[in-house]
Amino acid sequence: MRRMLSAVAKPFSETTGLARWMLVAGVLITAVFLIAAIFAPWLAPYGFAQSSAHGVEFPKVGHPSSAHPFGTDRLFFDVLSRVIWGARTALEVVILSILFCVVLGVPLGLLSGFYGGPLDRVLVLIMDALYAFPPLLLAIVVSFLLTDVYGGSVIAVSISLTVVYIPQYFRVVRNTTLSAKEATYIEAARAIGARDIRIMRKYLFGNVVHSVPVLGTLNAADAILTLAGLGFLGLGIQSTAAAEWGHDVSRALADAGSGVWWTGLYPGLAIVLLVTGLTLVGEGLNETLNPTLRRRRLLAVVMPPRDRTPVQEVQR
Amino acid sequence: MSTKPDTSSDTSSLVQVRDLSVHFALRGGSLARLFGRDTGTIKAVDGVNLELRPGEVVGLVGESGSGKSTLGRALLGLVPATQGSIHLRDQNVAELSRRRLREIRQVVQMVFQDPNAALNPSMQVEEAVGDALRVHGVRSTTERRTRVVEALERVGLSPVEHFLNKYPRDLSGGQKQRVVLARAIVLDPELLVADEPVSMLDMSVRAKILQLMLDLKNELGLTYVYITHDLATAKYFCDRIAIMYLGRVVEIGPAEEIFDHPRHPYTKALLAAIPEPDPDKMVPRDLPRGEIPDAAAPPLGCAFHPRCPEAVSGCGWESRDLRALVEQHWMRAGTAYDEEQDVIGDLDHLDTPATTATLGRGGSDRVRAVLDRIRAEDPHEPLWSGVTSIQPDGSGVTVRFQEADSPALRQAGGVDVACVLYPDSSSSPA
Ligand SMILES: Nc1ncnc2c1ncn2[C@@H]1O[C@H](COP(=O)(O)OP(=O)(O)O)[C@@H](O)[C@H]1O
Ligand code: SF4
Ligand SMILES: [Mg+2]
Repeated sequence: MRRMLSAVAKPFSETTGLARWMLVAGVLITAVFLIAAIFAPWLAPYGFAQSSAHGVEFPKVGHPSSAHPFGTDRLFFDVLSRVIWGARTALEVVILSILFCVVLGVPLGLLSGFYGGPLDRVLVLIMDALYAFPPLLLAIVVSFLLTDVYGGSVIAVSISLTVVYIPQYFRVVRNTTLSAKEATYIEAARAIGARDIRIMRKYLFGNVVHSVPVLGTLNAADAILTLAGLGFLGLGIQSTAAAEWGHDVSRALADAGSGVWWTGLYPGLAIVLLVTGLTLVGEGLNETLNPTLRRRRLLAVVMPPRDRTPVQEVQR
Repeated sequence: MSTKPDTSSDTSSLVQVRDLSVHFALRGGSLARLFGRDTGTIKAVDGVNLELRPGEVVGLVGESGSGKSTLGRALLGLVPATQGSIHLRDQNVAELSRRRLREIRQVVQMVFQDPNAALNPSMQVEEAVGDALRVHGVRSTTERRTRVVEALERVGLSPVEHFLNKYPRDLSGGQKQRVVLARAIVLDPELLVADEPVSMLDMSVRAKILQLMLDLKNELGLTYVYITHDLATAKYFCDRIAIMYLGRVVEIGPAEEIFDHPRHPYTKALLAAIPEPDPDKMVPRDLPRGEIPDAAAPPLGCAFHPRCPEAVSGCGWESRDLRALVEQHWMRAGTAYDEEQDVIGDLDHLDTPATTATLGRGGSDRVRAVLDRIRAEDPHEPLWSGVTSIQPDGSGVTVRFQEADSPALRQAGGVDVACVLYPDSSSSPA
């Protein structure tokens, strides 16, 4: 735990100048959204799918006013509320998908790197194939496959994102395992008679997960974009199930022609801001915490091309 | 192969290594493997016999690459034996199941060369040492702690409370090696394989760690295999010494005898290379001429012959030696080089080890003349004594060498030596 704390302080103390300011800015922006997400029920003036209050219907596509600072949209929903609740959805989806990625990707990477052989080859092949897909396309395909099961829910979207990002966790852990397992302390663990399982759990795990938090933050930014993309295409979460920025932006498309700017601007701005914040945090962490990931980025040059969003550029 | 002749369970020996070989497949490129090309093997340990008696300290000494570590790791079953047997009392380590192997690690433990790498960077000292107990089923936390504290005290890490919660990075090299020692003795083993335990440490702490190891041995009745490339510490430490070269034991005997009357030319060379005990007067070590040969294709006959100052006709001379000789000559030859190079032509094919070498393209007489000139330069070069014939062959000549096996260990004085200069028991030629 103490190490965790010092690891938290490290990026701030070890960066200087611009890098530090970027990190601080990123943390501040992200913190605002985190607070919005956690305290949404208290911060948001209305519910995300609420179209009337105290028996009074909200106006349809109402101008920003004192009652509705960001206006209302076509479905009578309050835009400010949906932006705030949207932070919660984003957080839920991102946390769930990172959780799935870590719970699945890390052990698979460990096993694959530790044992090598056929298991390794099959897993690498699968993961490489997933990695080669453009992320949004892959997310769309998985969403389609899941429509019958979990259609339009937070879980479904999280699983789609997991499939998109799990190869990276797998790969980082596998590659670190490959080099870590050659270390003398692994042979020493064998020499005291430890089983493979124990070696992986107690000797490798702690030394190969260093890069996962950074990967998590970097992917979080990316995941927000993919989530918004899915929502924009109508494959994400339904308006009444949760507030989701991408979906709101897509509904706002029709408004843009008629001079209604507020329905699209605010959710769009939320996406841009949160992605920027998370990217700044991820990059800041990456600079300090993570020599392994940097090596990985050099390797990434020979990887199959995938489609480029600005965030992925940053990742490489 | 290893059909167990169970004469080994005579109680006087703790470990009985018989004809042990450990070979590693060379990892060729994936292309080479795809086309089924032979990628070769490294004979890291090649036909070694060794007996360890309880309470003894046996040194394995040799330059790097001589297979000392591999032999040591084989004793714990950390590398599989390709051939031969390793009897620990009446169990053959080379044939045990993985589960049984883990069990014998209570009896045989290892200390590693680099204390900086031998400890898990994310484990505190207490856990690192205690994990050995944990692995062998000591579930009670209090019992583990008691035994860890006891082990740490024994290795001189006191006050113990000060060290229990330290990470390896907070410790000095010497302290880390003490932790490694504590981890090794906490299971109460009988045999400790110490792989160059002090070579990565500062001069100032080496003697202390060695003294600690001696104390541990006396207090706990341990048997040691002490691996080192440094004969000087071996003299201080060992009862018996086995000198290893390219996977084979070339001389083995009581430490005193090895030091007072070294017999094998390699042993002599190692002894001559021991630096002054006074660190101020240290001179760079002067190991025998030439480089350590490629372990994947060791010299024929006696593997030491290309470097041996006492080599004779029967040492296993071969094509690669001839190539080396011709090339050395050319380095000195100056203007004659172009002409001779023309006569001799390409030498690359001599790299395939063989006791016949066909070379030259400028006519057999001229090739022979070049060879004669080379010979005249240094008539005492032992290679020539190993040549049985030089015959014309097309536009060149075929040089045949005396065939020789790698010399077996034979008794000479109080020791066993693998060298043709010591052909038979107890007669020790000059
Ligand atoms: N795991 C391995 N795979 C392939 N070759 C190995 C392996 N371990 C050792 N070797 C080779 O075996 C030979 C002996 O190595 P080693 O036992 O480490 O020698 P030493 O400890 O005397 O320096 C060397 O040539 C080394 O390259
Ligand atoms: S057999 Fe003896 S004399 Fe011949 S090369 Fe080997 S060590 Fe030298
Ligand atoms: Mg070694």
